[in-house]
Amino acid sequence: MSGLNELTIAAARDALRKGEVTSAELTEACLAAIEGAGALNAFVHKTPEIARERAAAADQRLKAGDAPPMCGIPVGIKDLFCTRGVPSQAASNILNGFRPEYESTVSQQLQDAGAVMLGKLNMDEFAMGSSNETSCYGNAVNPWRRGNDAAPLTPGGSSGGSAAAVAADLCLGATGTDTGGSIRQPAAFVGITGIKPTYGRCSRWGIVAFASSLDQAGPMTKDVRDAAIMLSAMCGHDPKDSTSADIPVPDFEAALTGDIRGKKIGIPREYRMDGMPDEIEKLWADGTAMMRDAGAEIVDISLPHTKYALPAYYVVAPAEASSNLARYDGVRYGHRAKLAQGDGITEMYEKTRAEGFGHEVQRRVMIGTYVLSAGFYDAYYNRARKVRALIKRDFETVFADGIDAILTPATPSAAFGLGEMANADPIAMYLNDVFTVTVNLAGLPGIAVPAGLDRQGLPLGLQLIGRPWEEGALLNHAYVLERAAGFVSKPVKWW
Amino acid sequence: MSIDISTARKVAHLARIAVKEEDLPALAGELSAVLAFMEQLNEVDVEGVEPMTSVTPMRLKRRADVVTDGNIQAQILSNAPDAREGFFAVPKVVE
Repeated sequence: MSGLNELTIAAARDALRKGEVTSAELTEACLAAIEGAGALNAFVHKTPEIARERAAAADQRLKAGDAPPMCGIPVGIKDLFCTRGVPSQAASNILNGFRPEYESTVSQQLQDAGAVMLGKLNMDEFAMGSSNETSCYGNAVNPWRRGNDAAPLTPGGSSGGSAAAVAADLCLGATGTDTGGSIRQPAAFVGITGIKPTYGRCSRWGIVAFASSLDQAGPMTKDVRDAAIMLSAMCGHDPKDSTSADIPVPDFEAALTGDIRGKKIGIPREYRMDGMPDEIEKLWADGTAMMRDAGAEIVDISLPHTKYALPAYYVVAPAEASSNLARYDGVRYGHRAKLAQGDGITEMYEKTRAEGFGHEVQRRVMIGTYVLSAGFYDAYYNRARKVRALIKRDFETVFADGIDAILTPATPSAAFGLGEMANADPIAMYLNDVFTVTVNLAGLPGIAVPAGLDRQGLPLGLQLIGRPWEEGALLNHAYVLERAAGFVSKPVKWW
Repeated sequence: MSIDISTARKVAHLARIAVKEEDLPALAGELSAVLAFMEQLNEVDVEGVEPMTSVTPMRLKRRADVVTDGNIQAQILSNAPDAREGFFAVPKVVE
């Protein structure tokens, strides 16, 4: 059988259970694809020995008839997840050489379900970025190109390596994390599906923290069914994360009925931005028509504080980051700067952090430090938290009015060229998250689904936002959109 | 609000990040640009709004006050840049 690495999780699961294929074969196909895809720079730490060992164990379980849905499925893990004995650097030089003595809850759950880890995936440093260009490993590259133009494009960020790896069939699925759009924007840029569940669904334990009140893990997969399967394996209550929700995890795949008749889909007028490209506008209108044709009722809604989501986010997230990243001090793990004669502990901290953190991380830590400092705490941090409460209230109001899901574009553009934003001011890069960041601030589930190609042949995605804890219903809406859009394009292999 | 060079120096020190004197003007400019972006928040009427403290309204769970691990000194020190005799080693802190 050829192209085993191209299978969906659902197809591989069914073939494994029927005995038509082994996990060892699937794993070898992915490892070979990874070896041939160095140009994408998606996998930054490969773990073939671990993969082969886990594949053999999965094949034993399958033989014994003890096979959960993810059993034997080869996946990639974002470098932000701590994995025991395997480098886990959050794409930062400050964690150079760090090999955790423990395993993150999410990657442990995947392992317990029989999933096979192929290695660690590239990302923006500490998940701060929208183009994977802040990584200490160098850029990950989008498998898609603009027609015959060989200019390398960004796979988006921060989960850029995860996006590139899934789109290029180097693995069947990958973990991502999403603080302001870091699963959904890269998924849209490479034409795959990515879901950020409700805040509290996935344990954050063992995931390198960026902004603790916004961070959530989620799967990045080839289609909606796979997202449902992989998400079920990643979710669940964890006493080690105090914000982890102690509520049952339903079978998300069982929610995919394809029936959304009578459901109310909200179209928020504030998401129609000035200067929005025609193609995005058309994609959104087409998606709206598809939902209507599927029997849903389309409702114009208002989320009046949308405009303030990005500025609120860029207060709250750096504030939390400056606190979370205080732990990187050159004492307990990772990099420590070489000290000069007479340097004391303060010089050790300052030099270590100057050498270990990249430019964007330094900037955000300092912004966070400033907005939390005496005299500015109320003016910036408290005000941003109040605006955040209003943004959340906007969503609560429309859901109370009976809206089942909200449809928006996933990104304001298709994937841009690597380096194209180098001279833009940081705010221009931040605008990538304009449609996704509200969802993190309100703690809601959101999913990006590929819905079409732009005139340069690049994928574009739509986003659906769901009610809290109703990922099953959200996935079902996404499933309807996916089937109606019929997106089947794949990047032409050049790597 | 714009950030001058001396504020940039102070913020860098509070954040324990060494910034060369010649890099301070550029840093001050970047920080000012981000702060200018945040100024939009001043347009919002937040009178009577409580700052959001928890994403999902929930009572934090309590657990039994018992020791659940321990005796893992070697594991805890295994990633230290400098560990000696069972301790993390740092430059001299007290004279």
